[in-house]
Amino acid sequence: MLLNQFLILGAVLFAVGVYGVLARKNGVMVLMSIELMLNAVNINLVVFGVQHGVVSGQVFALFVIAVAAAEVGVGLAIVLLLYRNRTSIDVEDFDLMRG
Amino acid sequence: MEALLAFSRPALDWHALAPELTLLAFGTLITVVDIIWDDRSKQAMPTLAGIGLLATLLPVITLALDGTDRTMFGGAYVIDDFSLVLKALFLISGYVVILMSVDYIRDGDYYENEYYTLMLTSLLGMVMMSSSRDLISVFVALELLSIPAYMLAAWRKGGARSNEAGLKYYLMGVFASAVMLYGMSLVYGLAGSTAFGAIAEELGSLDSSPVAILGILFILIGFAFKVSAVPFHTWAPDTYEGAPTPVTAFLAVASKTAGMVALIQLVFVAFAGRDDVVQPFFWLIAALTMTIGNLIALRQTNIVRLLAYSGVAQGGFMLVPFAVAADAPARAVEAVVIYMAIYAFMNLGAFTVVLAVARKTRSGEIDSYGGLFQYAPGLAVAMTIFLAALAGIPPAGGWFAKFGLFRALLDAGGGWAAGLGVVVAVNTVIAFAYYARILGQMWFQPAPDGDERPVVMTGSLKAALAMTIIATMAFGILPGLVGHFGEVSVLSALGG
Repeated sequence: MLLNQFLILGAVLFAVGVYGVLARKNGVMVLMSIELMLNAVNINLVVFGVQHGVVSGQVFALFVIAVAAAEVGVGLAIVLLLYRNRTSIDVEDFDLMRG
Repeated sequence: MEALLAFSRPALDWHALAPELTLLAFGTLITVVDIIWDDRSKQAMPTLAGIGLLATLLPVITLALDGTDRTMFGGAYVIDDFSLVLKALFLISGYVVILMSVDYIRDGDYYENEYYTLMLTSLLGMVMMSSSRDLISVFVALELLSIPAYMLAAWRKGGARSNEAGLKYYLMGVFASAVMLYGMSLVYGLAGSTAFGAIAEELGSLDSSPVAILGILFILIGFAFKVSAVPFHTWAPDTYEGAPTPVTAFLAVASKTAGMVALIQLVFVAFAGRDDVVQPFFWLIAALTMTIGNLIALRQTNIVRLLAYSGVAQGGFMLVPFAVAADAPARAVEAVVIYMAIYAFMNLGAFTVVLAVARKTRSGEIDSYGGLFQYAPGLAVAMTIFLAALAGIPPAGGWFAKFGLFRALLDAGGGWAAGLGVVVAVNTVIAFAYYARILGQMWFQPAPDGDERPVVMTGSLKAALAMTIIATMAFGILPGLVGHFGEVSVLSALGG
């Protein structure tokens, strides 16, 4: 069982996702980076589930997939709303409130 | 093949699930009524939502009178006294928020029916959170309470500030849940189970495993975002300022309490054996949150932003008992539960006054509170009670919450607990400075532009004010009342 390789893949994906959230300015790209982080979690959960020989890891991954879909649905709606009001989806344009 | 497909339904205890099912039924009912009667049903929506919350309280009370602990789904979902006390707290806070919302949502340019559906959905997530004793159910409850809240924060569709509030809350919230999930996957990998009991056993035996420490820290950081602890608080002031005010009150009270409830279960049950990680983490976070929240609050000029930073600082006070989680667990849980209950009412009350005053002044600036005592003495007195409670001055309720903190720290003893006690004391004094500034403005300054028209109060705002004032004063004068609920909840929280 290639446990370490899978975990390294998960860690790398997660790190790429964190980088994307912090560095990207385009709202849709930020959402995609968050998806990367969530999928890194899914890889971890499935691998650990197989390693322990229990099904709860896969079940957890299914829950994560379902909830992530709902989350991204709301996220895209918010990005669309911003685009309609401001014709921009650059997350750094939204800084009316500070301090 | 036959054996693989065989599915046996887990045993369901319908009485134990009755609160969740009632809430779900009313949420669905509002949607259905909206579809059938459309605009004609708008008037009935707040009433329906309020009835839904009160109807949900009935099974909570019958379960509390019954008194037996009920466990479902292999320990993933537990109904005990701890969860019932918190369910009741969430439902009553939700009821006050709906009273605050009625006129605000009707008068503004808002979608009404969906607003109440989402509010009930978010409350359903919170009610579930207090019963969750498993990584999967905590995660599902957290998302169920968060996703509707993202939409509520952006509820003023055409308003740039509300849009921005929604975007910031959404991005920080989702990022935090991804970090938390990564931590959960590591903890699951070590324990091989998602149940808190099994995790506690496994983590307790792995003393120096860096993966365990990383997993625990990631989970705690994820929830630190939720309760807006410094340095993960940056979304809170912007979201609170931009969101519609009743939603702000909902986020500041119910959403924060739900995060705290999850932390209680994680820290005192799942990570019970890992005080080497948990205690220093919370010591640092609590001290930072109190101090930075208070210092930034000092220089705010907008009252909602000031209450946001004061809420951050109050969250810091609530995190204090976690820093002595292993040294005095019973006192610590009691202190957090009592603090949450009192905080809910005094903060909701302060937001109700802000809402009422804004109906006249259309402003959130502290300067606009000048002369409040002349033209609306009732509101000025109410605000004084809430601010005194937030500052911790007897006889308003807040002093007993702070007293609980010190009692937990004293029970734990030792230099670190004493040091944190000093930080709490210093911060209580700092906080008094900015609460006093609002008081001075209300009582001694003239009204801006000599505008002394009275504030028009509506029935629902009066009801919300009455409920919060009575609760705040009752907790201050009869602390045994809230103390009893605290004690009741402790036993079951630690027993699980």
